[in-house]
Amino acid sequence: MLYHVGINGRNYRLELVREQGGWQCRLDGRRLAIDAVLAGCDRLSLLIDGKSYEIKRERTPGGTYVWVGNAGYAAEVRDPRSLLARKGKAGDESGPRKLVASMPGKIVRVLVEEKARVEAGQGIVVVEAMKMQNEIKSPKQGTVQKLMAREGANVNAGDVLAIVE
Amino acid sequence: MFKKILIANRGEIAVRVIRACRELNIATVAVYSDADRASLHVQKADEACHIGPSAAAESYLNIARILAAAERSGADAIHPGYGFLSENAKFAQACADSGIKFIGPRAASIAMMGSKTGARREMEKAGIPFVPGTSSGLESIAQAEQVAAGIGYPVMLKAAAGGGGKGMRLVPSRAELRAALESAQSEAQRAFGDSEVYLEKAILNPRHIEMQVLADEHGNTVYLGERECSIQRRHQKVLEEAPSPTVDPPMRRRMGEVAVRVAQAAGYSNAGTVEFLVDQQKNFYFLEMNTRLQVEHPVTELITGLDLVHLQIRIAAGEKLPLAQNDVVIRGHAIECRIYAEDPDNHYFPSPGKITLLQEPAGPGIRHDSGVYENWTVPIDYDPLLAKLVGYGTDRPQAIARLARAVGEYFVGGIKTNLSLFERILSHPDFCRGNLDTGFLDRLLNSDAAAAKIDHSEIAEIAAIAAGLFAALDSAAASASSGGSAADRGDAGGNGLASWQRAARNEALR
Repeated sequence: MLYHVGINGRNYRLELVREQGGWQCRLDGRRLAIDAVLAGCDRLSLLIDGKSYEIKRERTPGGTYVWVGNAGYAAEVRDPRSLLARKGKAGDESGPRKLVASMPGKIVRVLVEEKARVEAGQGIVVVEAMKMQNEIKSPKQGTVQKLMAREGANVNAGDVLAIVE
Repeated sequence: MFKKILIANRGEIAVRVIRACRELNIATVAVYSDADRASLHVQKADEACHIGPSAAAESYLNIARILAAAERSGADAIHPGYGFLSENAKFAQACADSGIKFIGPRAASIAMMGSKTGARREMEKAGIPFVPGTSSGLESIAQAEQVAAGIGYPVMLKAAAGGGGKGMRLVPSRAELRAALESAQSEAQRAFGDSEVYLEKAILNPRHIEMQVLADEHGNTVYLGERECSIQRRHQKVLEEAPSPTVDPPMRRRMGEVAVRVAQAAGYSNAGTVEFLVDQQKNFYFLEMNTRLQVEHPVTELITGLDLVHLQIRIAAGEKLPLAQNDVVIRGHAIECRIYAEDPDNHYFPSPGKITLLQEPAGPGIRHDSGVYENWTVPIDYDPLLAKLVGYGTDRPQAIARLARAVGEYFVGGIKTNLSLFERILSHPDFCRGNLDTGFLDRLLNSDAAAAKIDHSEIAEIAAIAAGLFAALDSAAASASSGGSAADRGDAGGNGLASWQRAARNEALR
């Protein structure tokens, strides 16, 4: 299997082949002897050159993180053979962008109206959680195509609040 | 002894009290709001009673509903924990009127300490040391100069009706006094409609040190040593330790004796805490008394070997204190971290949500009082305290080392926590030397945070390999259960599924 892995924005080319009892691994062409054991859901024990690494995978509404000991990295894995992955990637660059609630809370204010012109970084809605208010800002310059957020409504992490195009 | 205790609280402190009750063979009743049906305290109690909607005002702060739950369940006592109704004199009185024992002081003691001016009057009568200054407004600049000369510069001007720093001026010397007084008075007038300003000795970089007291209902009062609580953010304690690195045995005895006098002047019974400000010359001044169990009580428990919740219950049941002042012996050192659901990268904004992965520390000298579990969703409605992690050691360096080691073992996934902050505090040279004051944390947070984040590219490579392995294992798992729907593979993704996971899944299903 070939993966393109992005770690904190840097890209790696990773080849993984299952062999009996283990994995054959090439990272950017370099061959590495790795020994991996699944230690529970989203937990991995990894031995490389006799060094032991405790690995955790954290899945959040904002993306996936891989933790090596206490160091966390934003991780993105693409399978270049998959058309879907390429499409998904392209969709992120331009076109409509979603405003997503990063945490559950209550919408206390909606600062713009539908079809309004907004600047990148302009506040769109204010979400309150645990008695503190957080302004959710527009990810880009454009027009508020759709406004799902309603004042007083409760939202969950990952809920789409608005779409800016 | 009581047969059944209702715990009028939630989260880690409710679990803490339930554990003590179980150890004493007392049945427990948990109360819960709509948001807390799945909370840990409901699962740990013998009985659980729904008391209303998520908003605290309609549940955990609703005296009538809590008393109704106590009567319905046949509880003969109520433990209020901390926060919510724990320092509400009306609640303590309502319990007494309903014939249910309130585990805490009498309503009159709570009421006395709840009023700043009332408390100051009573404590002045008892000869308790306050920050030197005037207890009424300044009449003239001449009077201000006279008072300031008497107590010594620097002095602080404060609005009598004040709050939030309005009408407050630090005055380093006599030359600045007149201008500072005039501007403080006019600012106080604008902010509060009241220009009254009084003057106090300015305590620069104070320490916040508090003394635990314990009193029975037969007139016996002891102190159990101090806690250093100088590590604060926005007046919120973040880390506490006992004993204080700056307090020696003679100072402990003097502070303890003052704290006992405060408790006696208030007619106090049960567990309480007397808070002091301490200046750089180690003078201490009475600040206020907290008439309840404190969040940071475990550090005192570890260094005294006493269980404060057991003692609270036994005192409330009418027992005499089982120990005299001479029996209180301090041994070792303990430090507590308050683990909050907060985002360190977003000004410590609360970060509620689902805990997708939880790895809790253990091992020698570690106590972990938690109110959470893996797959539980931290509700948006309450204080973001998740757990308290306490390290104990023979001495302060060992306690720090054990706690730092445990912080490294601790992992909370899915939500943000302030765990990384404790790595920074516990490794800071000033902290390790015991050089603490209430400005420590602000200075730390304003210093270069980026320095703490070194990206070892070697480790990033390990992360890349691990990310690929997870993807490969995901697709292997998906093909093993080929035909099964994606939905039965856990809901951790939801609509937030990373595109690489979708891709891997899609791959396996082809």
